[in-house]
Amino acid sequence: MTKPAPLLTIEGLTKAYPGVVANNHVSFEIEPGEVHALLGENGAGKSTLVKMIYGLVRPDAGQMTLKGQPFEPHEPRAARAAGVAMVFQHFSLFEALNVAENIALGMENAPPQRELSARITEVSETYGLPLDPERLVGDLSAGERQRVEIIRCLLQDPKLLIMDEPTSVLTPQEVEILFQTLRKLSAEGTSILYISHKLEEIRALCETATILRLGKVVATCDPRDVSARSLAEMMVGQTLHQPSRARRELGPVRMQIKDLTLAPATPFGTRLKGVNLSVQAGEILGIGGVAGNGQDELLSVLSGEVHAPKDAVLLNGNAIGNLGPNARRALGLLAAPEERLGHAAAPDMSLTENALLTGWVRQGLSRRGFLNWGKTRAFAEKVIAEFDVRTPGPNNAARSLSGGNLQKFVIGREILQAPDVLVVNQPTWGVDASAAAAIRQALLDLAASGAAVICISQDLDELMEISDNFAALNGGNLTPPRPAKGLSVDEIGLMMGGAHDMEVAHVDA
Amino acid sequence: MIRLEKRPSPSRLWTMLTPVLAVVLTMIAGGLMFAILGKPPLEAIRTIFWDPLFGEFAYYFRPQLLVKAGPLILIAIGLSLGFRAGIWNIGAEGQYIIGALVGGGVGLAMYPSDSPYLFPLMVIAGGLGGFVWAMIPAVLRLAFRTNEILVSLLLVYVAENLMASMALGLLRNPDGAGFPGSRNFKDYPAAFNDELISGVGMHWGVLAAFIAVIFAYILLQRHMLGFQIKLTGQSPRAAVFGGVSPSRLIIFCLGTSGMLAGLAGLFEVTGPAGQITTDFNQGYGFTAIIVAFLGRLHPVGILLAGLLMALTYIGGDAAQLNLGLPSSAIQAFQGMLLFFLLGVDILSNFRIRFRKREVV
Repeated sequence: MTKPAPLLTIEGLTKAYPGVVANNHVSFEIEPGEVHALLGENGAGKSTLVKMIYGLVRPDAGQMTLKGQPFEPHEPRAARAAGVAMVFQHFSLFEALNVAENIALGMENAPPQRELSARITEVSETYGLPLDPERLVGDLSAGERQRVEIIRCLLQDPKLLIMDEPTSVLTPQEVEILFQTLRKLSAEGTSILYISHKLEEIRALCETATILRLGKVVATCDPRDVSARSLAEMMVGQTLHQPSRARRELGPVRMQIKDLTLAPATPFGTRLKGVNLSVQAGEILGIGGVAGNGQDELLSVLSGEVHAPKDAVLLNGNAIGNLGPNARRALGLLAAPEERLGHAAAPDMSLTENALLTGWVRQGLSRRGFLNWGKTRAFAEKVIAEFDVRTPGPNNAARSLSGGNLQKFVIGREILQAPDVLVVNQPTWGVDASAAAAIRQALLDLAASGAAVICISQDLDELMEISDNFAALNGGNLTPPRPAKGLSVDEIGLMMGGAHDMEVAHVDA
Repeated sequence: MIRLEKRPSPSRLWTMLTPVLAVVLTMIAGGLMFAILGKPPLEAIRTIFWDPLFGEFAYYFRPQLLVKAGPLILIAIGLSLGFRAGIWNIGAEGQYIIGALVGGGVGLAMYPSDSPYLFPLMVIAGGLGGFVWAMIPAVLRLAFRTNEILVSLLLVYVAENLMASMALGLLRNPDGAGFPGSRNFKDYPAAFNDELISGVGMHWGVLAAFIAVIFAYILLQRHMLGFQIKLTGQSPRAAVFGGVSPSRLIIFCLGTSGMLAGLAGLFEVTGPAGQITTDFNQGYGFTAIIVAFLGRLHPVGILLAGLLMALTYIGGDAAQLNLGLPSSAIQAFQGMLLFFLLGVDILSNFRIRFRKREVV
């Protein structure tokens, strides 16, 4: 039996940036019609690799062959002309324009609006991606916006479709719809390069997986034959430490939000609608949901950056809705926002100064306004030591740390202040697996010591791993919390809003 | 190909070195310009930088140095606090004028008092005048989200017209035979801001500038408020998370810079300028913006930058007189200084690499 010629062959692709080799002699092949997974941790070199395939970055060494021809795209346009299309993780769509206008903007020579609309309808029906070309993108859900991007790619009739972390913005139900579309594309002969670090997804969808670690290919396998755990260990290169949770008794109610409705502070923010929640001492409440459904707003109203009606937010029974961040810190409510650089920490300031940022109230780092730098530095050093933050020292700027190390610093800074209630948003976003495990363990330990923890996250695996109770944000509404144990993926998906009324793909299997 | 690469942390060495490098580059480029104009470049540079301090007529120039540097430093210190927090008071010139009018006006209203409390009272009034004038852009920004850059700048022209109207009307010297301008403070000992040590140029305003430098240094290095100012400028969102109230910071920064500019105006009009005329202001409020940046918004840097800027003014005057350099050439020279300073500033946050170009 002869194997068909591969669609894309990558041989010895190398790309170095100052101080780091992003890709080191990467070689693999993609067969026609194959769904090929590219798996690796943050910083493993997945993005650099696909940017080279898509013509955004030029390799230092190595070559690519597409359909038997040498393939050296020097810009994305050349890659698109050769039949390579890419759906990015972050959409580049204009909310104020409709679907057809957005698609026209991305085309080399767009046909007239009416003709384009007809083609969009045609392609969307063929691939089971129902989408009205006349609708405003601003009114679409994240899943529907992704459809716009996919259709934009499909209009070019690609041979290879690259998808970068496509499910990070989708509910489980929406993921299933996407997978049906991808399977149909693959059945018709389009190859798909699927980038992800979500192992179950890859095992459900892909036929081949290339695993990258520190810029090198460490394994190629059929993910359907390998357990998720061994995939993870290939990806990380070490045996993973599973966070352990001690059995714990829940104590009195620490934190409550009562029927909070709040207009967004920014024009593109989400309105919180009648949010109720309550967390007990020793409890971890996991709050899931697709990005942009009110996570930032909920964190701001808990941290005190945004004020609420006084009686809507209660800490240990005291009404604190009208208090600012430092008054809340004094009372024992601490927070760690999602955006590390620029929100949780000031990028150009040293770690010592960043320790002062949230630590000065509870750690007594100033007297009558005059700062005690010695004590502040000691506090920073304590965070660095106890949370294994890899940095030459507390005088280094926050921006010089890797994402995982800065996140350990940010979380450690709050945990070491012994909060009664800690609110974290996306505590392990963009963090390598071992740092993520350490952070989750720290949150579990904090809860075991009697604090209440509210963990807002888009990583459902993470929430299932550490939460006692689970609630989901959907369009500014918070579902009533349910015990996390025994919750099925379907139930979680429905709490997150199900398929957001997206029509199910009509795929003839 | 030359590439710029962002440093993981700002370089301390280069932060100190770039102003020196900028001065050297200015001397080279300025020397070239003077040579093209047909003047001996080395002599011109010496006339500007050396003669005022150590030359034959240094006894005349040296006091001028403090007289000119004092108000520049005093105003620039105030501005630098706001600039660090991203609050842009461009209207120090207006606050300077109003401070002089209010403070000087108090003194003139009491004429011919000989109370020892008169001058302190005038100082307070001058500071208050500048403060109130700066509160206009602050309050408008907080209430209506107006842009403080535009409002403070436009208020300079309002202040200039007020100044002209005062010099010709309310504050005109009743014994001045109808000439425009107020009474001369030199003839009004209780209200005169005399030299503290004769022949040095040191008056109360210079002393106030030095005190302001020390206060600003302590505020920025040792005090929570200074930390909040820096934090707000660098990461406004992190500042709100850290509990900073942006509104209070706007009031503080605009208020302080207005007050210091008002004080500078009062000390100038009651001392070196001597009287309120239709144009006693000398653009110190605008030049102080350059001084603030030349000094990297750092109190000690501003002290040195103020002295350097004063030197180029005095030396520039001398070069015009002695070598016949056109005044526009001197202005171009001063412009070069700012240009090179901002240009080489990039070295403190970036390093230069000579290597192959990359497509990113």
